[in-house]
Amino acid sequence: MVEHTVASFDEELQGLRSAIMEMGGIAEKMLLDATTALVRRDVAQAQAVVAMDDRLDDLQRKIEERAILTIAKRQPMAIDLREVISAIRIASDIERIGDMAKNIGKRTLAVSGQFEPQKVVLGVNRMSDLVQSQLKDVLDAYTQGNLEAALDVWERDEATDALYTSLFRELLTYMMEDPRNISFCTHLLFCAKNVERIGDHTTNIAETVHYLVKGEPLTAERPKKDRTSFEHVEHTGK
Amino acid sequence: MSVATADPNTRTFDPTVYHVKKSAEGVALDIKDFNLWYGHAQALHGINMEIQKGEVTALIGPSGCGKSTLLRCLNRMNDLIDELSIDGSIMVDDFDIYGPGVDVIALRKRMGMVFQKPNPFAMSIYDNVVYPLRVDGITRKSILDETCERALRSAALWDEVKDRLKESALGMSGGQQQRLCIARGIASDPEVLLMDEPCSALDPIATAKIEDLIADLKGHYTIVIVTHNMQQAARVSDNTGFMYLGRLIEYGHTDTIFTNPKKKQTLDYVTGRFG
Repeated sequence: MVEHTVASFDEELQGLRSAIMEMGGIAEKMLLDATTALVRRDVAQAQAVVAMDDRLDDLQRKIEERAILTIAKRQPMAIDLREVISAIRIASDIERIGDMAKNIGKRTLAVSGQFEPQKVVLGVNRMSDLVQSQLKDVLDAYTQGNLEAALDVWERDEATDALYTSLFRELLTYMMEDPRNISFCTHLLFCAKNVERIGDHTTNIAETVHYLVKGEPLTAERPKKDRTSFEHVEHTGK
Repeated sequence: MSVATADPNTRTFDPTVYHVKKSAEGVALDIKDFNLWYGHAQALHGINMEIQKGEVTALIGPSGCGKSTLLRCLNRMNDLIDELSIDGSIMVDDFDIYGPGVDVIALRKRMGMVFQKPNPFAMSIYDNVVYPLRVDGITRKSILDETCERALRSAALWDEVKDRLKESALGMSGGQQQRLCIARGIASDPEVLLMDEPCSALDPIATAKIEDLIADLKGHYTIVIVTHNMQQAARVSDNTGFMYLGRLIEYGHTDTIFTNPKKKQTLDYVTGRFG
């Protein structure tokens, strides 16, 4: 893209992008660390994840302020306007991702020392791996303005949803087997739900990248494999 | 820029991109294959443009792109320039305004014009507004009074000046003078109102009043406005034409021009990446 006649306008837009990239980096690390802490039952690491969220909130506020100031000062048009609006949207998605990773950290603190079916924890870990690659790829797609990479993430979220549905069933089975598992399994279920929601936010970001590049919203219906809203379990009355 | 070959004669230009929002009332002015030369210098190249009836059409582009030249062609204001030659046609209803035997005075009555700097005549407010009627030989006081009030009300000026209609127009503020010129422009009840940078000499409040007025006049009149203020074009117009080097690059729905233009030159211009 040719540079603006007013060079400081370019600097402002570049500043927004850099701040988004910093937020993305923090969010990626939070998700990775939160999952690792859950798998290893590492209380110190879980606490560190909880503490990281402040920086993310701070950055989001700054991005919003700068974006509003840019709109007021420059009256951006076309691609520039989309750039500013996209920064606001993506910052708010990443901020939510941070909240969810933080929640996983808090739950790790809550369940430390309880019974733990390692198999299910690894299931959450596998979901988290998928979502981490979605998050990384969608942030790369944003940086490069790569429409195909963004659409790829958008479609990949289906696999995460499917995995979540099977985890949900598995956790229900554990809970029915022994009521003593309920506390731990519920926490784990929320962790899995958090990861699944993070996946949804990566698809939001993918949609924003589409809007940024093409100038029109992504209208097609996204494939959905999260069936848990329709799950129903018969109580066996044991 | 997409064109950069050395010999101007071998340059190829992309055709104009159109995505015009059509008016239900049809076309007010149909510009067809219009070319214009000042001596040997060609200032307009093959312009094809349908100005939609009852809507606001904005012309934007860098200085010297031909937008004012094109606007002035619409009421043959360029006629007096030496060595001017044209080719192509501009159709209003079924007649060509550059056709043989056209009554230019009658044509200009159908095309009111407002200029960059307010240009009231050195006479009273009242006499300014009814001037076009007096030129037509209308002297009946009741008609003049009625027209004066109607035009001043349409120009959102009546309440400010109704008690001093006999005072000189030159004592008004710049914004009032410009609205007075609009009132004078619509006193003869034209079909089209041509505006050449109507707000460039006005302060923001007077500008806002003119923009408000454009929104009120729209529907009743077809308005063509040339402006350097892109936000203004985005606010007031339905369709926008972007011109560059005497060519119409892109002509279409204003929302699209300013949010997602189809041509890179338009994008560069509206986002401030030009030159």
